[in-house]
Amino acid sequence: MSENRPKIERKEPLSDRRKFILTMARGVGVTALGGFVWSAFIDEVTASQLLLRPPGAIKEDDFLKTCIKCGLCVEACPFDTLLLAKPGDNKPLGTPYFIPREIPCYMCPDIPCVPVCPTGALDQSSVTTDEKLDINVADMGLAVIDDESCIAFWGIQCDACYRACPLLGEAITVVYEKNERTGKHAFMKPIVHADVCTGCGLCEKACVTEKAAIFVLPREVSMGRAGDYYIKGWDKEDEKRLVNAKEIKTQTRLSEKSAIDSLNDSGDLY
Amino acid sequence: MATLWNNYRYLFMRRFVQIGLLLLYFGANHWGWNILMGNLSSSSFLGVIPLSDPYAALQMLAAGAILATDLLIGVAIITIFYLLIGGRAFCSWVCPINMITDAAAFTRRFFDIDRNQKRQPATRYMRYWVLVLSLIISAVMGITAFEFISPISMVHRGIVFGLGFGWAAMLIIFLFDLFVLKNGWCGHICPLGGFYSLVGKFSLIKVKHTVENCTACMKCKLVCPEKQVLHMIDKESLPVLSGECTNCARCIEVCDDNALGFSIRELAKNKRTGE
Repeated sequence: MSENRPKIERKEPLSDRRKFILTMARGVGVTALGGFVWSAFIDEVTASQLLLRPPGAIKEDDFLKTCIKCGLCVEACPFDTLLLAKPGDNKPLGTPYFIPREIPCYMCPDIPCVPVCPTGALDQSSVTTDEKLDINVADMGLAVIDDESCIAFWGIQCDACYRACPLLGEAITVVYEKNERTGKHAFMKPIVHADVCTGCGLCEKACVTEKAAIFVLPREVSMGRAGDYYIKGWDKEDEKRLVNAKEIKTQTRLSEKSAIDSLNDSGDLY
Repeated sequence: MATLWNNYRYLFMRRFVQIGLLLLYFGANHWGWNILMGNLSSSSFLGVIPLSDPYAALQMLAAGAILATDLLIGVAIITIFYLLIGGRAFCSWVCPINMITDAAAFTRRFFDIDRNQKRQPATRYMRYWVLVLSLIISAVMGITAFEFISPISMVHRGIVFGLGFGWAAMLIIFLFDLFVLKNGWCGHICPLGGFYSLVGKFSLIKVKHTVENCTACMKCKLVCPEKQVLHMIDKESLPVLSGECTNCARCIEVCDDNALGFSIRELAKNKRTGE
């Protein structure tokens, strides 16, 4: 019986060197595996852009790496405006934010949430004018109006947001326009001024429609950018914007001659 | 009663410190106390003294954040504190996850899961790999990698500011430690524990073994969450020099023979060399 069995080749035991190399390879491999899963997860959970930060918050990218998630700003807020993102909120975990429709920022003049920040994720200098704290220069976001659902754009007289604005008459103004539909009435349309609005959200809180027709979005989301190709005509100030702009020239076969030349150089046409 | 105190005195004190700290944080957020505000990532003691998690600051540094002065002061205070009393004293005396993993370890012992599942398929060096990995990811992605997934922060932040689905993180760790890997989270994976192990290498307060008193009952090894640090039991009179010891003192209180006790590092060394 035992003679019929094929002979099993016994392998030599692994050398210490091979063992070491294999163990290290396993360690590195598992670490790489974990690293990719971990990075992918982090990338997902920090992707949320629609999130309003406390006053003085630095740029979102820097905020995510600088905020230590201690909640001191949340504790300092006397109105319970600020919240820390919990697991399940689908927001970058542990970072402070607020939902203006629930509790807006009441723009305390002494801004208690900012000086308590131990890491500088809330930057005191960004809410300071003339060495004094100044909440009016805060930039938490920008209110935008959906003119489809804003009843003032329907012709109904409503100035709830205008009245609620802590920068009354500056961040939101009301413009009068003739109502061509009825021919007899006026529109009183609210307009948000991006250079003044702090994004506190008192307007969103005050809005009378079922779902707020005026709401605050982070500026990154609510604003476009014209870029360096366009300037305002007849505006010396705006031209300064282009002082450092670089010219990008594309050379193709067609553009070897300038456009003007190609029009002037029409000798052989006639 | 006296034996109860004798056998659980450190456990009782640890729970008192752990729960007491959480209560101070909770009170700061809910009732406006200003003894200890914030949470374990960063706090403000009496509204003046900053205290900050050095490992979180390390990740911030790797991510390329600018470190503020308050943060650096807080980090210095905490680092010096744990350099003196033993890095992983954080793990057993402060960290709320410790209560969860201790509960899992207790349940394992109680139901003899330990004896049913003897093979431990993972190395305790994993935490150092995770530690290095967290810094690499922080640097590459420009974000504090561990802080966004840390179940430790989820729990202490959750208790102070609202838990959300944080209970799931607690349950995951409990079940993992109970059924997958003994001392799995705290003893194998947690990079914060790994970080404090490195800090604790140099600490002053150490557990010391006196071999003359030892009867080799091995009760200490049974309760120890990092039993590799107790390699000298019944062999040599040595202090527990490994930074992985959490200074939880369970070994001291279960020892009926007075073979284990706290000592100051230098004294312990001198006794060993007979000076």
